[in-house]
Amino acid sequence: MSDSLKKKLKLKVSAINDGTVIDHIPSENLFKVISILGLEKVKSQITFGFNFESEKMGSKAIVKVSDVFFEDDEINKISLIARNAKLNIIRDYEVVEKRVVEVPDKVIGIVKCFNPKCITNNEEITTYFNVISKNPLDLKCKYCEKITHEHQMVIK
Amino acid sequence: MKKKDLISITDYSKEDYLRILELAADFENNPNQRLLEGKVVASLFFEPSTRTRLSFETAINRLGGRIIGFSDAGSSSVSKGETLHDTIRMVSNYVDLIVMRHPLEGSARYAAEVADVPVINAGDGANQHPTQTLLDMYSILKTQGTLDNINIFMVGDLKYGRTVHSLLMAMTEFENPIFNFIAPEELSMPEEYKMFLNDKGIKYFEHTEINDNINHADIIYMTRVQKERFMDPIEYEKVKNVYILKNNMLKDTKPNMRILHPLPRINEIHPDVDKNEKAYYFTQARNGVYTRQAIISHILNLK
Repeated sequence: MSDSLKKKLKLKVSAINDGTVIDHIPSENLFKVISILGLEKVKSQITFGFNFESEKMGSKAIVKVSDVFFEDDEINKISLIARNAKLNIIRDYEVVEKRVVEVPDKVIGIVKCFNPKCITNNEEITTYFNVISKNPLDLKCKYCEKITHEHQMVIK
Repeated sequence: MKKKDLISITDYSKEDYLRILELAADFENNPNQRLLEGKVVASLFFEPSTRTRLSFETAINRLGGRIIGFSDAGSSSVSKGETLHDTIRMVSNYVDLIVMRHPLEGSARYAAEVADVPVINAGDGANQHPTQTLLDMYSILKTQGTLDNINIFMVGDLKYGRTVHSLLMAMTEFENPIFNFIAPEELSMPEEYKMFLNDKGIKYFEHTEINDNINHADIIYMTRVQKERFMDPIEYEKVKNVYILKNNMLKDTKPNMRILHPLPRINEIHPDVDKNEKAYYFTQARNGVYTRQAIISHILNLK
């Protein structure tokens, strides 16, 4: 196969016309990222791959979503499980903007409160945390006022 | 207008504290003021707490209000599997105010979000019990004449005791408090509170036994060392008798010093202390009624 054909083929599989590429996701968290962003409900074309070799991370995952552009609030939700994720915003096959994710000040839903006696673990309630430290991550539950530390964090 | 709730002591400012304490003094002078005439208050005790419930219900009665509710979850629809959400939604249709005690932490904050009427937290598990803190502050103010420059000794279970944590937070709003913590290592004041004091530049000292150090105290705040807090029963046996306050320990304490205890006590204050004029815990409980009248009036803008 000629080089140009290979290139063409690669383009066909992975390039997107317009949309968002999310890179540097830890491979093990790919499906959580998909779930947090609600990508299973998106109607446009999505490609994803994982266990790519990465010099920095060892193994990484990539998601390419056609025709979808995320608001900061929305994309920052994945910062909890993909701290170093990078976004490439694509318009007409060109990268027009690069962004990094940031830990938000509030985390709504997504994370479970570590306290088994918290009301949120005993009734159907959306969890709500104020982020009191971003690195390492400390989340203070609005309800029981206990702090869930990064090593105790469980994604709902 | 946004409704006022009382869920956590830190929801209120120093101005709120002072306003409530001023009202409490007014109710102490004149306890029967029928400001709740024609109003209905729900007293929802999802776990039994006779002392707190009777104190609230006395406060409501003295204000001329009527009470509906239950005194344990067994006699409510919770036993049929109703969620807290639905219970609160329903009750909030009927009443002007909800007083709630619940074993789960954060339940009061959640109830306040669900209810259209104000909610007073009468204890949510090990989390918060803000009306206790306000009555403790009223007791300190009454016995010391001020909330500034108070040297408080907190004794017993400082790790799990919610009353000491809330009182600590509230007292840091006033001038120059000094804290002394007396507890076994297993039950010492958690790091987060010590860091909070460090950040505010407030002095504190830690001790592992009650001795002459209490002679500097303005307030000794006793708590129970609870057996169920210990992983190892031998550890409990070792410390259980270290924190018993006896009358002969009090002879060189300051004349203005008063002993507080959220009650119930088990053995941590010897009965021979009761006749000492420095024993204040029963009067403290009475102050609870005036303070709760004040809190209800503040929340419903009755005065």
